[in-house]
Amino acid sequence: MAVEPRVLEAAGLRRSGRQSRLREWWEQEHVFGYGLIVPAIVLLVTLVAFPFGMAIYFSLSDYWVGSPGAFVGLRNYRDILSNETFRQTVQNSFVFTGIALSLKVVLGVWLAMLLSRNLPFKRVIRGIVLLPFVIPTALSTLAWLWMFDSLYSVVNWTAIRMHLISAPGPNWLGQSTYAMTAVIAVNVWRGLPFFAITVLAGLMAVPKEFHEAAEVDGASSWGRFWHVTLPLIKPVLGVVILFSTIFTFGDFNIVQVLTRGGPINTTHLFATLAYQVGLQGGNLGQGAAISLFIFPLLAMVVFFQLRYVRKE
Amino acid sequence: MATARSRGARIRSNVFAYANLAPYVFFVLFPFYFMVVTSFKSNAELYNLKSIPFWIQSGVIMDHYALLFQKTDFVTWMKNSLLVAVVATTVSVVISILAGYSLARLRFRGAAAFGTAIFVTYLIPTTLLFLPLSQVVVWLGLADSIYALMVIYPTFLVPFCTWLLMGYFRTIPREVEECALVDGATRMQTLSKIVLPMAIPGVICAVLFSFTLCWNEFTYALTFISQSANKTAVVGVTSDLIRGDIYFWGSLMAGALLASIPIVIVYVLFLDYYVSGLTAGAVKG
Repeated sequence: MAVEPRVLEAAGLRRSGRQSRLREWWEQEHVFGYGLIVPAIVLLVTLVAFPFGMAIYFSLSDYWVGSPGAFVGLRNYRDILSNETFRQTVQNSFVFTGIALSLKVVLGVWLAMLLSRNLPFKRVIRGIVLLPFVIPTALSTLAWLWMFDSLYSVVNWTAIRMHLISAPGPNWLGQSTYAMTAVIAVNVWRGLPFFAITVLAGLMAVPKEFHEAAEVDGASSWGRFWHVTLPLIKPVLGVVILFSTIFTFGDFNIVQVLTRGGPINTTHLFATLAYQVGLQGGNLGQGAAISLFIFPLLAMVVFFQLRYVRKE
Repeated sequence: MATARSRGARIRSNVFAYANLAPYVFFVLFPFYFMVVTSFKSNAELYNLKSIPFWIQSGVIMDHYALLFQKTDFVTWMKNSLLVAVVATTVSVVISILAGYSLARLRFRGAAAFGTAIFVTYLIPTTLLFLPLSQVVVWLGLADSIYALMVIYPTFLVPFCTWLLMGYFRTIPREVEECALVDGATRMQTLSKIVLPMAIPGVICAVLFSFTLCWNEFTYALTFISQSANKTAVVGVTSDLIRGDIYFWGSLMAGALLASIPIVIVYVLFLDYYVSGLTAGAVKG
C-alpha cells in the first residue's frame, strides 16, 4: 500500500522522461524541418509524381477505360506520330503558342508602360485590366462563344455596320483560319493582364534616376525604352515568358469551350486532343501518349528557369 | 512659366495614355457587358437579326434567370463549388504554411532540393496529368463525386501556396524567432504565435489565390464528374445549358455572370493582395 504512490511517481516520471526526450528530438531543427514538409511531400508524391509515372506507363500500354491493358512498347507513339490529326495538332500548338505569346509580350510591355504612369484613377484602371485573368476562363470564354456565333455574331454585326466587311461575314468558329484567330484572340484577352501586371511590377522597381539620366543624355523615348527600360525589365519578362509558354502550350479551357478542336481538328491542342482520344474515346494509352508531348517543352522551361532565372 | 509648361506636357501625356488605354479597357470589359445585356434580353430580340445587339430595346426580362434556377441544378452547382473551394483551400493553405516555413527558414539536408521539387510541380500544367488522375480517382472510390476535387485540387494549390508563402516567411527577421526560442517557446509555438501572425498578408494572399483557382478550375472538374448534381458551377454552366445543337444563350450568359460574381466580389475587396500575389508568384520565382 505504501508502494502505490511511489510506483505512480516512478511511472509518471518515466512517462514524462520519454515525453521530454520525444520533445527534445522533435525540437531539433532538422527533425522539425522534415516533419513540416512531410504532408506536402506525401501529397505531391502520391498525387503528382505517381500519376506522372502512370501516364508514362499508360502511354506504353494498350490501356482502355475499364480494361487495364498489356505493355505494347512504343506502339502508341508510333500510331500517333503517323496520325494526320496528331500532326495537325503539333502544328496548331506551335502556331497558337507562337502567335499568342508574341502578342502577349508586345502588348503586355506596352500596356505596362502605359499603366506605370502616374495617372488619375490608376487603381481603377489596373483593377479593370486584371479582370479577365481573375474571372473563370471557361465562363468568360462562353461570352466569346456567343460573340463569335455563326449567325448572331456581334463582331460581324459591328464590322458589317462599319462597312469593314461585306454581309454575312466570316463564320468565326467554322472556318479554320478564323477559328485559330478567335482562339488566339481569347487567349490574348485572358493572358495579357498577367504580362501587364507583372511587367508593371518590374517597371516600378526600376529607379526613376535611370530614365532621368537617359533624358539628360538626350536619348529619344524609343532609345530610352530599348537601351534603358528593356534591359532592366528583362529578368521579369524572362520569367513571365517562361511561365506563359508552358501554360499557353498546355491550354485546355479556351479551345474546349470555343471550338472543341474543330473545325476538322484545326484548333486542337495536345490537351484537347488527349481529352478527346483518352476520355471521350476511352483510349487512355494513346491519350496519355498525346498529353506527354507537353512534357519536353515543360522540361525545357524548367531547365531555363532553374539554370538562368533563379540564379540571379 | 516652366511649371506651367511641364504641367501642360503632363496633361498631354496623360491624355495620350488614356487614349491608348481606352480601346484596351473596352476590349477587356465588352464581353462582360455583353453577358449582362444578353442575360436580360428576350429571345425574340436576341434572335432577331434586325435588332441592335448592344442594348435592350424590348424590355428587361428575368426569364433566363428563372430557367437557370428552376430547370437546372444551378444552386447545387454553386454550393458544390463553394464546398470544394473552402475545403481544398483550407487543407492546402495549412499544408503550405508548414512546408513553406520549413523550406524558407529551417536548415536541414535536402531543403534546397525539396524547394526545387515543389517549384517544378508548380510548373506542371493540369492538362499533363488529368488522364492518370481520372483513374486514381476511380481507385480511391471517389469517381463522380466532389470529394475527388477536394483531394486533387491541393496538388496544384500546395506548390503555388508554398512558393508564395516561402517568400513571405523569408522577409521576417530571424531574430524574432530566435528570441522566442530562447524564451523557451517550442518551435511549433514560435511558428504559430510569432511567425504566422507576421506573415498574415501572405496567408491572405494564399487563401485568395487558392479560392480563385478552385472556383475557376475546369479541366479536372470536367473530367472527373459527369452527374449534373455533382458538378461545379463552372462546369455545370458550360455543359448543361447546351443541349445538342441548342444553346440557351440567355441562360448561359446569366449563369456565367452569376457564377463569376463570388470571384468578382472577393477580387474587388482584396485587389491589392491579388496584385502582390501575382507578382510575387512570378517575380520571386
